[in-house]
Amino acid sequence: MKSRGYLTHLEELEYESIYVIREVAAQFERPVLLFSGGKDSIVMTHLAVKAFWPARLPFPLLHIDTGHNFIETLEYRDNLIEKIGATLYVGSVQESIDKGRVVEESGYNASRNILQTTTLLDTIEKYKFDAAMGGGRRDEEKARAKERFFSHRDEFGQWDPKNQRPELWNIFNGRKNPGEHFRVFPISNWTEMDVWQYIMKEEIELPSLYFTHQREVFKRDGQWLAKATFMKLKPDEKYELKTVRCRTIGDITCTGLTLSSANSIEDIIDEIAATRVTERGGRADDLRSEAAMEDRKKEGYF
Amino acid sequence: MELLRFTTAGSVDDGKSTLIGRLLYDSKSIFEDQLEAIKRASIRRGNEHVDLALLTDGLRAEREQGITIDVAYRYFATPKRKFIIADTPGHIQYTRNMVTGASTANAAIILIDARNGVTEQTCRHTYIASLLRIPHIIVCINKMDLVNFDESVYNRIKEDYQKFIITLQLRDVSFVPISALLGDNVVELSNNTPWYNGGSLLHVLENVEIGGDHNLTDARFPVQYVIRPLSDEYHDYRGYAGRVAGGVFAPGDDVISLPSGRESKIKSIDLYQSSIDEAFPPQSVTLTLTDDIDLSRGDMLVKPDNLPEVTQEFDVMMCWMSEKPMIASTKYALKHTTNEVKCLIKAVKYKINVNTLAHIEDSKIGLNDIARVTIKTTKPVFIDPYSKNRRTGALIIIDEATNNTVGVGMVI
Repeated sequence: MKSRGYLTHLEELEYESIYVIREVAAQFERPVLLFSGGKDSIVMTHLAVKAFWPARLPFPLLHIDTGHNFIETLEYRDNLIEKIGATLYVGSVQESIDKGRVVEESGYNASRNILQTTTLLDTIEKYKFDAAMGGGRRDEEKARAKERFFSHRDEFGQWDPKNQRPELWNIFNGRKNPGEHFRVFPISNWTEMDVWQYIMKEEIELPSLYFTHQREVFKRDGQWLAKATFMKLKPDEKYELKTVRCRTIGDITCTGLTLSSANSIEDIIDEIAATRVTERGGRADDLRSEAAMEDRKKEGYF
Repeated sequence: MELLRFTTAGSVDDGKSTLIGRLLYDSKSIFEDQLEAIKRASIRRGNEHVDLALLTDGLRAEREQGITIDVAYRYFATPKRKFIIADTPGHIQYTRNMVTGASTANAAIILIDARNGVTEQTCRHTYIASLLRIPHIIVCINKMDLVNFDESVYNRIKEDYQKFIITLQLRDVSFVPISALLGDNVVELSNNTPWYNGGSLLHVLENVEIGGDHNLTDARFPVQYVIRPLSDEYHDYRGYAGRVAGGVFAPGDDVISLPSGRESKIKSIDLYQSSIDEAFPPQSVTLTLTDDIDLSRGDMLVKPDNLPEVTQEFDVMMCWMSEKPMIASTKYALKHTTNEVKCLIKAVKYKINVNTLAHIEDSKIGLNDIARVTIKTTKPVFIDPYSKNRRTGALIIIDEATNNTVGVGMVI
């Protein structure tokens, strides 16, 4: 038998995250949970459901939709919303383009990834959300390693990494002026491996994209990208049918696929334990420059 | 697998980044793309070697200046434990960052350069670790390769350190002679120190006894959020969600709520779709009571035979976190557990010189200063000495004009 006071690392992380999510519900008037359909936001939603049981979530979910989704992501999203009885808001990047708020990138590597920031900030302003919970983790990227659980954003939605509030113990300061908001990262202290181990322990259902499947893909800059109508091939590129899975899920244009036959969570955990490249190593958006993530975060990215 | 949070404090050149780099590298927590990225950056900067410090410097300003400014959190795991490192700068101007990193740590690594022995910096880092009540201190006597792995050097530094900490209340201190650069005694025991009988640093980190770090004696449950489903199935359900801050709670226990003083019994301890037999720190649970006694956020459930101090005036050791100096008799907001009140600083008793631990008579408190102050609050707070409970003995001070966290206090 375990001695009193003993907790596994997953239990301790879970209790910490639930505490943070409850703090958000207690300290803010109009919080929202950012849902991308990726495993991190799925785990965060699972934690939120646990935090308020037997009541329903006291906040809605928000999906920033680039319009370049894997169809499996949208199906999963809609099923989940129905299952947990939550409210879903969608912020559309296509709408931001149509309204002229942003200009679509052109060229072969065109991506709507950066455009999401404007849509996100517009949506936060439109619905007067005062805290947006995201599934960002500190182990993902070096600019995220210094992120707070409660991260203050000015009235332009910007992050000032040099002027962050001290955050000690588990006392979170969510005070702000009108028009400002917070980004909150309840699973800050989780690693990719923790997320997968937790998914296995809790038997959380995932979009099929995370498991091995056959897909038409093409290779660009050392990465496998999925075939999609809005992706243009360069003259020397060609589609090939490969056995792949997603290690992270984002917009199709910047989600690198891994050649893999991992068919179960156990397989995936083994694969990650043996892998020598970070999960964001497959993200074209991060390879743009040394401080790519820091720059996007300052502007108000997730 | 257990979780251990530890902090490292260090200044330029003492090998902190190298040590962290080695722990991450030897535990296979650095990936090829990260290594490639720092190789590219090292070459671009004209460095001779791959600079592992680049791994730990996250922000552009830090990379440009080659220093760590803010607290960075890093992660690695061995088959035995998961580790969270709060990597903090060690220079005196970053005292507040060290305090921040120390606040959640179970263990602190204090680095001493074997060539220099115990210095002002060692003193400062150890004092902060003791102030924040980090339960386990691991003193790494580094750069042993530069003193020919000489046992007498190690012993002399160890003795000096033990003399210096007599006045500090440290529970558990261990010493490891290492070379972070060459890897001696970091992950594997070194052949260069046959006279050393202890384990490698990683072995110490994996085996530090952390089960007793939480207070399991004094039952404290700050109410965080009230759960009322108002659904057909759970029509009358009223649950008090929160994180156990001390002691053990079980169904049937008598409880008393503060500040009202009303009594009730625990009916159930709920955890998503099920109930559990007992709850202890740091579990996040939901308590239901046998009576409807109308609790709200900021209230605290405790046991009738073991009460915290209910007070409006008390002393804390305060670390000032803001460039704007502390102003006595100005109103600040104070957050303690889930409770928020207003307060003012009534008096400064003394200030601490963090390099010598001398008390100084000076009522001007600015950034990075640590001082004993008396606080007066507008409403009662329910506190324990920080030495007994790191959750119910901790508080933060907020400037109401800017909403910034400007000070942090540990109840005496």
